Amino acid sequence: MNVELKNINKHFGKVHANKDITLNIPSGTIQGILGENGAGKSTLMKILSGFIQADSGSQIILDGKSVVMNSPADAIQYGIGMLHQDPLDFPPMKILDNFLLGIPGSFFPNRKEATQDFNLLAKEYGFSLDPENYVDSLTVGERQQLEIMRLLFLGVRVFILDEPTTGISAAQKEKLFTTLKKFPEQAMTVIFVSHKLEDVESLCDRVAVLRAGQLVGTLNPPYQTKKIVEMMFGKEITLGERKPANVGEPVLSFDNISLEDARLRIKNINLEVREHEVIGLAGMEGSGQDLFMRACAGLVRPVGGKIQLKGQDLSGKSYHAFKQVGVNFLPAARLEEGLIPGLSLTDHFILAEQPRGIFIDRIAGQRLAEERIQSFNIRGTPLSPIESLSGGNQQRAELALLQNPLSLILLEHPTRGLDIESVIYIWSKLKERCHHGTSIIFISSDLEEILQYSDRVLVFFSGKVSQPLDANKTSVEELGQLIGGKGWAEIGDTHA
Amino acid sequence: MLKSRFSGLLFQLIALALSFGVVSLILISIDASPSEAFRNMFKGSFGEMRKFAEVLVAFVPLLLVTAGLLVTFSAGLWNIGVEGQVVLGAIATTWVYRYFLESDLPPALIITLAILGGMIGGAIWAAFTGILKVFGGVNEIFGGLGLNFVATALTIYLIFGPWKRPGVASMSGTIPFPDEFSLPLIENLRISPWALGIALIAIIIVFFLLQGTYFGLKLKAVGKNFRAAYLLGIPTWQYSMYSFLICGALAGLAGAMQVAAVYHRLIPSISSGYGYLGLMVAMLINYQAIWAIPVALFFAALNIGSIQLPIVMKLDSSLSGVLQGVLVLFALLVEGARQKFIKKGQNT
Repeated sequence: MNVELKNINKHFGKVHANKDITLNIPSGTIQGILGENGAGKSTLMKILSGFIQADSGSQIILDGKSVVMNSPADAIQYGIGMLHQDPLDFPPMKILDNFLLGIPGSFFPNRKEATQDFNLLAKEYGFSLDPENYVDSLTVGERQQLEIMRLLFLGVRVFILDEPTTGISAAQKEKLFTTLKKFPEQAMTVIFVSHKLEDVESLCDRVAVLRAGQLVGTLNPPYQTKKIVEMMFGKEITLGERKPANVGEPVLSFDNISLEDARLRIKNINLEVREHEVIGLAGMEGSGQDLFMRACAGLVRPVGGKIQLKGQDLSGKSYHAFKQVGVNFLPAARLEEGLIPGLSLTDHFILAEQPRGIFIDRIAGQRLAEERIQSFNIRGTPLSPIESLSGGNQQRAELALLQNPLSLILLEHPTRGLDIESVIYIWSKLKERCHHGTSIIFISSDLEEILQYSDRVLVFFSGKVSQPLDANKTSVEELGQLIGGKGWAEIGDTHA
Repeated sequence: MLKSRFSGLLFQLIALALSFGVVSLILISIDASPSEAFRNMFKGSFGEMRKFAEVLVAFVPLLLVTAGLLVTFSAGLWNIGVEGQVVLGAIATTWVYRYFLESDLPPALIITLAILGGMIGGAIWAAFTGILKVFGGVNEIFGGLGLNFVATALTIYLIFGPWKRPGVASMSGTIPFPDEFSLPLIENLRISPWALGIALIAIIIVFFLLQGTYFGLKLKAVGKNFRAAYLLGIPTWQYSMYSFLICGALAGLAGAMQVAAVYHRLIPSISSGYGYLGLMVAMLINYQAIWAIPVALFFAALNIGSIQLPIVMKLDSSLSGVLQGVLVLFALLVEGARQKFIKKGQNT
């Protein structure tokens, strides 16, 4: 099926997530979509799969006919199906039941017939799934296969895959790619969204690169990695003046730490962070840096190794114990994890001071709030409910919650979505802390920010962690390649 | 701020009008006169001193339960188990009374002990819900509901089993306690000023607990965003437990009042549904302690006023329940509508 996107625009409030994107995807191709986090890939795919609607004036043309899709069900009617990064299935149900879900017009499904269809389809694509098995016994890769079969059975002709190679084994990836390569023969179209350069290069017939909501350009094989990275992250490398950190005593040390969650396993991290030092964590979302940071905060318990903070062994200790030693963590999901909607700025400042005693000293609280509001340049009053502030002001409020003194500040995307003045302001505040001996570890998807503000950089890719790289001797380009999984042999990861 | 508070009040009045409207329609559909029904309900509750005293008798447990629920609601918990906590308060109070039945201790001391016993009984019952929630991952709604049934069964068992009246056990409850075990009542009326005073003090304490203490602020933080509260360094599950204990103690106090000041014995339906009614009051006042007194009084008046209906108009007294339920539904509905209006106003 021929897919034509014409002048796609999408605003979320003030954010222009897709800017006038026009892209023609001919029938029978595997189209790669590349871009860093926040480049607008997901928004575009959600529009194409009916999850959200584009602004008026945008057009989706399928085989020459302009269509309007108001829901994913509509999209499936038109033959467009999306395979999500996290499989949208129902783990406690049987595979067959999952398969039958969403098939229109069958109030009483014919299980026998469905089983036959299922087995036929599985055979055709070389999947070995038992329809009577339960979904929660499957691996992520197998759940993907199930989802692909379900979409095929629904008559989908355009497959959108969102980061499908995250969390599956190499063999499963091989199988997935073999399957996907069969699709064009049947005039089906595949849209493959990824940040893994290697995957895109080996699979896709053409690649479109998005940056900051715009389509930067399209590429055809043979691909030059350097060129792709340039398009993804922008050419201009503007490094401001940086003073080398005057590092002091060790604050945090990781000794052979291994971390694990449902998707990833990171092994044997060794790292020492010293006073005054800023460490930037680079990597595509979900590459392990969030896990690493939560381990630094005491929110995730390592499966092995030793964590020391200020000379104290904190392995296996709780978050509260970490907090006692002066670790503060500011999560990226401000209103979900960082702040408490419904409470005022004053309430937040009072709580962050870990008050003791019984009665609230409202006057002191008010004074504290006024002081912080002024020194952090927050646009709001002491009694403003936190959710009424703009994103930038919420971010400043979060920073204003940091206790003083602290030994280690952990920040997730501290400046995401902020205007340039706020970014400079926030970093000046943070650098002030560093000057007084605090260490900072932060995650950012903005590579320039990472190079600009950190002393050393750790790159994460699919659970691999690089050696700490000297930010002065690293370029945006090199980081871009590492994030995409290239050039690891030269620098060596921490396993080496 | 002021504007939104004003519009809040206005919308609540609209809800009140709408619910009276719906109940009127129901009455008209069965050929009864709404105005007469409402007049009778008013007369039945505020018409004479004796009736107003009855309203206050209902007001005391309702206010206590509401006070407790304000604490659990602040912590973001739906303590449906409050009904059972009232029952356990009554059972514990009865147990203490029975224990001291033959003792020579001054009655005032025994009454105090019995009331404290009731608070502890309610708190323990609430702690079960809390433990199930915190350590067992059982949603407090299900845990509480289950324990409500257990509490009712326990009452029946005690009345017909170990604590049965000499001779034949009956639904009228255990044998009444001697007069000196009762909280002092106002002459010729059934209301005890002590009970009324305790209930008012309880709601005032809860008001200040939630408004003016670090405890209250932390509780609200836990209720509004458990995760962020944890990251801010608040011991979250402990606060959930505290809120259950406080609510249970206040519900138990309500149960103790039912025994010590109203029935002077344990009866099968000792809680009279005040737990559930308290949930409605708490929802209606949008969890603001300051409105608890007038709204609880209004609900108590509806309950007592409707007793008049079957006698005078051959209507069922459950009409008050219909009105209360409809009122809560409309209050939630108009609040939702109001939020939508506010959002729309902000967007344009």
